[in-house]
Amino acid sequence: MDFMSLSPLAVILPILGAGATFVVRRKVRWQRIITIGVLCLTMLLEIGMVAATWNGQTYAISIAGWDAPFGIALVVDGFSAFMLLISTIVSLAVLLFATSQGLADGDEHGPVSIFHPAYLILLAGVSNAFMAADLFNLYVGFEIFLTASYVLLTLGGTAERIRSGITYVVVSVVSSILFLTAIALIYAATGTVNMADLSVKLGELDAGTQLILHSFLLIAFGIKAAVFPLSLWLPDSYPTAPAPVTAVFAGLLTKVGVYAIVRTETLLFPEGRVNSALLIVAAATMVIGIFGALAQADFKRMLSFTLTSHIGYLIFGIAVGTEVAMAATIYYVGHHIIVQTSLFMVAGLIERRAGSANLTELGSLAKLSPALAILFFIPAINLGGIPPFSGFMGKFGLLHAAAEQGGVLTWLVIAAGLLTSLLTLLAIVRVWARAFWRRAADAENPTETLVAESKELTSVVQAGGNSGPLLGAKLARRMEAGHLPWGMRYSTGVLVAAGIALTVFAGPLFAFCQRVAVELLAREPYITAVLPPG
Amino acid sequence: MSVNITFLAITGVLLAVGYYLVLERTLTRVLLGIVVLGNAVNLLILTAGGRMGQAPLFSPEVAPDEYSDPLPQALILTAIVITFAVTAFLLAMIYRSWSLTNADTVRDDEEDIRVSQASAYDEEEDAPVEEDTTEFVDEEGRPIREGEE
Repeated sequence: MDFMSLSPLAVILPILGAGATFVVRRKVRWQRIITIGVLCLTMLLEIGMVAATWNGQTYAISIAGWDAPFGIALVVDGFSAFMLLISTIVSLAVLLFATSQGLADGDEHGPVSIFHPAYLILLAGVSNAFMAADLFNLYVGFEIFLTASYVLLTLGGTAERIRSGITYVVVSVVSSILFLTAIALIYAATGTVNMADLSVKLGELDAGTQLILHSFLLIAFGIKAAVFPLSLWLPDSYPTAPAPVTAVFAGLLTKVGVYAIVRTETLLFPEGRVNSALLIVAAATMVIGIFGALAQADFKRMLSFTLTSHIGYLIFGIAVGTEVAMAATIYYVGHHIIVQTSLFMVAGLIERRAGSANLTELGSLAKLSPALAILFFIPAINLGGIPPFSGFMGKFGLLHAAAEQGGVLTWLVIAAGLLTSLLTLLAIVRVWARAFWRRAADAENPTETLVAESKELTSVVQAGGNSGPLLGAKLARRMEAGHLPWGMRYSTGVLVAAGIALTVFAGPLFAFCQRVAVELLAREPYITAVLPPG
Repeated sequence: MSVNITFLAITGVLLAVGYYLVLERTLTRVLLGIVVLGNAVNLLILTAGGRMGQAPLFSPEVAPDEYSDPLPQALILTAIVITFAVTAFLLAMIYRSWSLTNADTVRDDEEDIRVSQASAYDEEEDAPVEEDTTEFVDEEGRPIREGEE
């Protein structure tokens, strides 16, 4: 028995953990210990999986010994392992964030015993989707995490969450129905749902049929990935959820859709028949998303719009479809997951510190909460694509690959990408200028506590003479600690540091992404792993 | 592969009805639409399995091509369970929505409306800024300009 036959544990462990947390649903402390333990174990396992696939190996695991295409197979290649590891790191950080928040609020006896089981099931579904080797298993993975996400999004059942939850559930169900229709049609056309098998048999169909099946899949995945014009549900539903839930959704859910699109474009339909359409969609997603972000007054809504906007870069990379573009896309997915999640965590911190995430009510935060300002600043300029951060490197890789390919349409999309990058920076500078830099009293609707605390701080600094700044710093730290438990700050800090690590280790990581891209585009390793010749 | 045209026609009608209902604003109709859509797709998967045959229970007397295809049935079973769970959850949400707001409709996002109605004038960015013509300030932080006392 080799190590890779343990990889189904990445799905099984969270599901077992979810069961266990249900058993101890009256004891929140046990739920926390189990959940954190399960995620740590899963992470160790996935580090092993990334190590095993580091040099471009692909493994197929037949569940219960039934060989593909008849049995259910799971495939772990570099791309799956990378996505699995990043998603677990992000969920662990968000879990610590949520735990710290819960500890600070003393919700030991609260009624929300459903959070931990739902969270673990969400992760199991995401992992299952990343490893699925047949379309129906992919559908099941989608449904597992979607159902868990319905529960998490409507935690507490307030009027606002129910309103946004209904939109979210209906849109997700319709996209699942489209996906299922696509599976039915594909089965009717080829008689298989195994992806390796399909990659051979779909190519034998006539071009028209292929196009229909292809667009069915792309529309279904496009809704999940929040690609324009199928993205409008996202900024409507995400911001109302509790901060940790929004953070983990922003990191993972849309990226599963992107993952599925990558598999569709590389494995199932490699001819790139719809690439021009994808280019246009990518440009529209980027530009319209960022215009939406600029119009928002609420920080969380603004982040939701930048989230959809930057999905456009990923679609751009997929549409260009060369090795470098694919490698940059994979790198950018990792960057996007980590940075967006850390920004949503920062939004949670701001909300907690100031009582609101509405930019018209904020001010003085750089003075009152320097640590928070740093935690915002690093992922923010990372998102904006300022060198030397990973956002810059990912975008540079994408645009470089696109420029190599050339063509009028591609250059137009490059222009759209640059414009989006610039406007992202503008959106971020606006948040900085409003929430952090200006005086709290200058806000359109000033928050009383911020104004009072800011005045107190100024008077302490002025009264202290030479030691004023020192006294001021001490007071600021005390005020911050009063609002933000250390666990929440440090878990955010860890994720921000992970974002920096993407930059520091960009060399080996990009080389890895390149190997993965070569493998994805060659298709052969995947197919022979699942269906050994002979 | 022989195809059952009746099933396909029914699938088409059910899909049309389902999508029409999902586009309604009343939540109960949306729910009915989702149930109808789920059934339509299940029927489509069944049709995708090809012609009817013997029950797929292994017996040495039956030739392999006389069985009906068991895979679509397994897929439908899974899909039915999932639709069932989602329907139950949606029903609970509709009930909750009803008891909270007395409304059985999809409501607009208030923040959306606020953003769409906001004026293009932005206090923070568009307000005229007083030009700094001096670096000297009095005790209260107000700039001291030439010719002013």
